[in-house]
Amino acid sequence: MNQAYKILVVDDDPYILMSLEFLMRKNGFDVMIARNGTEAMELLDQYSPDVVLLDIMMPDVDGYAICSHIRSSTKHQYCKVVFMSAKSKDTDIKKGLDLGASLYITKPFSNKELVHKISALLD
Amino acid sequence: MNSWIIIGAALFYLILLFAVAYFAEYQQKKGNSIINNGYVYALSLAVYCTAWTYYGSVGRATTNGITFSAIYIGPTIAAACFIPVLRKIIRITKAQRINSIADFISTRYGKNATLAAVVSIFCVVGVLPYIALQLKAITLSLSVLSSDVLNDITGNTSLYITVGLAFFIVVFGTRSVDATEKHEGLVAAVAFESLIKLFAFIAGGLFVTYGIFNGFDDIFKQASNHTTLKNLFTINGEHGLTDWFATICLSMMAVLFLPRQFQVGVIENVKEEHLKKATWLFPLYLLVINIFVIPIAFGGTLFYQNQTIDADTYVLAIPMSNQQTALSLLIFIGGFSAAASMIMVETIALSTMVSNNLVMPFLFSQPSFANQIDSSIGKVILYIRRYSIVMILLLAYLYDKMVAEYFSLVSIGLISFTAVAQFAPAIIGGIYWKTASKNGAMAGILLGFGIWFYTLIIPAMVDVKLIQESIVISGPWNISWLKPTALFGLTGLNNITHALYWSLLFNISAYILFSLYSKLNAKEVYQAELFVDADKHVSENYSVIWRGTAYMPELFMLLQNFLGKERASNLLQNYANRHQINLNHNGVADPRMVTFSEKILAGVIGSASARIMVSKVTKEEEVSINEVFKILHESQQLMELNKELRKKSIELTKATEQLKQANAQLMSMDELKDEFLYTVTHELRTPLTSIRSLSEILVEHPDIDEDQRINFVTAIARETERLSHLITKVLNLEKYESGKQKLHLTSFDIGALLKHLTEEYQHLAIQKQISMSCKIPNSMLLVFADADLIQQVIINLLSNAIKFTPEYGCIDITIREESEYLFVSVKDTGKGIPEEEVEHIFDKFFQARNQTIKKPEGTGLGLAICKRIIDMHKGEIYVENHPGKGAIFTFTIPTFVRNESLIAHNESSL
Repeated sequence: MNQAYKILVVDDDPYILMSLEFLMRKNGFDVMIARNGTEAMELLDQYSPDVVLLDIMMPDVDGYAICSHIRSSTKHQYCKVVFMSAKSKDTDIKKGLDLGASLYITKPFSNKELVHKISALLD
Repeated sequence: MNSWIIIGAALFYLILLFAVAYFAEYQQKKGNSIINNGYVYALSLAVYCTAWTYYGSVGRATTNGITFSAIYIGPTIAAACFIPVLRKIIRITKAQRINSIADFISTRYGKNATLAAVVSIFCVVGVLPYIALQLKAITLSLSVLSSDVLNDITGNTSLYITVGLAFFIVVFGTRSVDATEKHEGLVAAVAFESLIKLFAFIAGGLFVTYGIFNGFDDIFKQASNHTTLKNLFTINGEHGLTDWFATICLSMMAVLFLPRQFQVGVIENVKEEHLKKATWLFPLYLLVINIFVIPIAFGGTLFYQNQTIDADTYVLAIPMSNQQTALSLLIFIGGFSAAASMIMVETIALSTMVSNNLVMPFLFSQPSFANQIDSSIGKVILYIRRYSIVMILLLAYLYDKMVAEYFSLVSIGLISFTAVAQFAPAIIGGIYWKTASKNGAMAGILLGFGIWFYTLIIPAMVDVKLIQESIVISGPWNISWLKPTALFGLTGLNNITHALYWSLLFNISAYILFSLYSKLNAKEVYQAELFVDADKHVSENYSVIWRGTAYMPELFMLLQNFLGKERASNLLQNYANRHQINLNHNGVADPRMVTFSEKILAGVIGSASARIMVSKVTKEEEVSINEVFKILHESQQLMELNKELRKKSIELTKATEQLKQANAQLMSMDELKDEFLYTVTHELRTPLTSIRSLSEILVEHPDIDEDQRINFVTAIARETERLSHLITKVLNLEKYESGKQKLHLTSFDIGALLKHLTEEYQHLAIQKQISMSCKIPNSMLLVFADADLIQQVIINLLSNAIKFTPEYGCIDITIREESEYLFVSVKDTGKGIPEEEVEHIFDKFFQARNQTIKKPEGTGLGLAICKRIIDMHKGEIYVENHPGKGAIFTFTIPTFVRNESLIAHNESSL
């Protein structure tokens, strides 16, 4: 891997952030974490990640809004969005994918599978 | 008064009427019909009040006292049967496209052309004097206004006015060749005139009563001391009462069957619901317009003590004598209104009858005319109607000039009333009695009219010296029981009552006898069925008794000639579509199309002429009377079947609706359950995610450094605890909701519990710099409740308060007792609850439902559990919300005393 892929992990649950930060770093990603929607918006612009791992239910701005924001800005046109959410209804998933996300992963997930899917997406 | 002012005012008023009529037609074109309104309908019925009411009632009241009121009591009684009788007549008229009262009678009795002609002639003969009377009233009022003007000028003025009215009627009365079409502008103008005459007459009444005298009391007091007037307060003698009663009956029939009343009440009726308003509004109108009749009559008599002034003109003469120029003009215009509206409607009605039932059948019977009918026939019909209008008005004008001066206003009106009363048996019998026959109707009407003529017109002719006096004095050929005024020796009644008695007696008897002893033909049987059972036949078209061969192109051509190509093709096409009739069936017309075409044509030229025209373009076959009965019988069965089916279908629809509702209810319950399950699993997924992810890391990376490992393991432990916490709560809630939870009731001091818990949570508050205080009286506050559960509620409220109160805020816990309840409140200074969420905060998992914005931490079950616990204790929990300032959560719990019932309940369930 020449240049590490930049990943932004957005979730309001501190333990999930803790585990994902460790996991992604171990797998060679350049990791940034955001604890809520507002933080995520700021980091997005500063950091221009290659992929955003995005929770949906958050206290301030929800994941759908962040995804729409990414898809509507030319700056992030190559940025991939992966939703990870406890919301598991078909309608939720469809909405996520319709907004332009590449993947929708329901919680709980297996670490291996998550890493595998994200790597496949980026290659 | 200057006659030019008068002419100017009349002219101005005519122009105003034109404007009203034009406005109405303009509005109708824009889609909002003015006459489609119950009030306008009731006002148009008030065309009943003619100049005769306006001037003549006063005249009659000066000589006969309150007997004049019979003419308004009759219609008031008749108004009560508007709904049953008039509604039925309206329904039949609309279904059969009838366009006049003569058409109604002839259609009922097998579409007989002779009958139509006879009724039309009698209408003209009976009513023409009445129109003349209106012209006379106008002349009379003009002469009062300008007594110094030369006679021939006023005479000419009345001619000008007649011409102006003729012009108005021609313009607004012959717009469409289809006589069943509403005369929008004309009816609007008539309703407007009804308002004007009412207003003007009341203005005159007020002037006499309060301007000349000091109110009703004053007039009546003076009248009771007057030599002649004091006799007018009662109805005198045996015959006086009989005459009074006869006049009431007479006017009851008149208000329904005068051609103009039939025109506005039936032909021009837009919706039958308008009858409901008319039932009370029309009698009210009559009452109001008559309030001042007696005061004016008495006032006039008192005012002109030693002068001879025609009492008919009092209402106008009194303001004139008092130099009230403006008021006089207004009253003149009101009287003019009364006369003009009557002339307009009566002329339209008569002209339709004359053209459809007299002129047209005559023309159609001339081969040279009938064989040359082309598309110009519509125009020809309109011209015939216009000429009829002009002719009728001209005749009325001549009658006024030559004959009318010999009669007082009232007598002519009642003579007309008696004439149209002759139609009552044929019409009323016709809509309720199936056996009634054409011969019966013809015999009744001819006989009734003959007697009317003999007993009322002959004496009148004697009066004007047209006939020798001997006939009245000693009877024709000296046969005394044939004296026109005392037929069969009947004396003591006034001439109207006498005529009414004999004419109706012979009319009804002949009608019944001839009906019973004459054979009905097939057409009569069929029409009788359509009229008597009108309600059944209005919408359905099962029974068509036409048989023969007809071709669509010929039928179409016929209609097209009368109605124009576009209208004819629209009508036929719509009807065919509605009844699923194939129009291109080798050009052969369906019998229903023939019947329908005839009906449409009837609207234009009357049913009798329409019958003739249709029979000309088709080859008809005789339908025997037995076949008619058979068809009617079958259609009867079909209708009953259809009714039954419709009832069933309504029942089915209802049942379906109920099922749908039940289903929807089940679905929504199901949805709620799904929602709950979804939310629970959703809440479980979050801790599970970190537990799974972290433990996988620990397995994959045994070399992880110690600090990290401890962090991860601690996190796993915490999240596991969160999971089990959540599961316990869900299970608890389920237990409370299903009623499986038993209350372990003990009596305890809730005050002490509150103080204890406040102390316990003080350290959390101190961490956030929140001042938390518990203001509770020291006395024992005993409750009988489940202490553990109540503790849970308090803890939940306290921890929520701490969670939502920002730093340096404060929390107050209070308790108060009120009507055997304790109110425990926790007040915080947090943000409060968004308005839209207040009503949901006690719902379980409210925070997760259909939302993507996460609410502050918590399981979303706390308040739901609190509510269940408090419910179980027969208390209440609620929140007083102040968005931005904080919230006060309060629960109530019955005091110890109050809760004894609960104890009993709990013991019994143990």
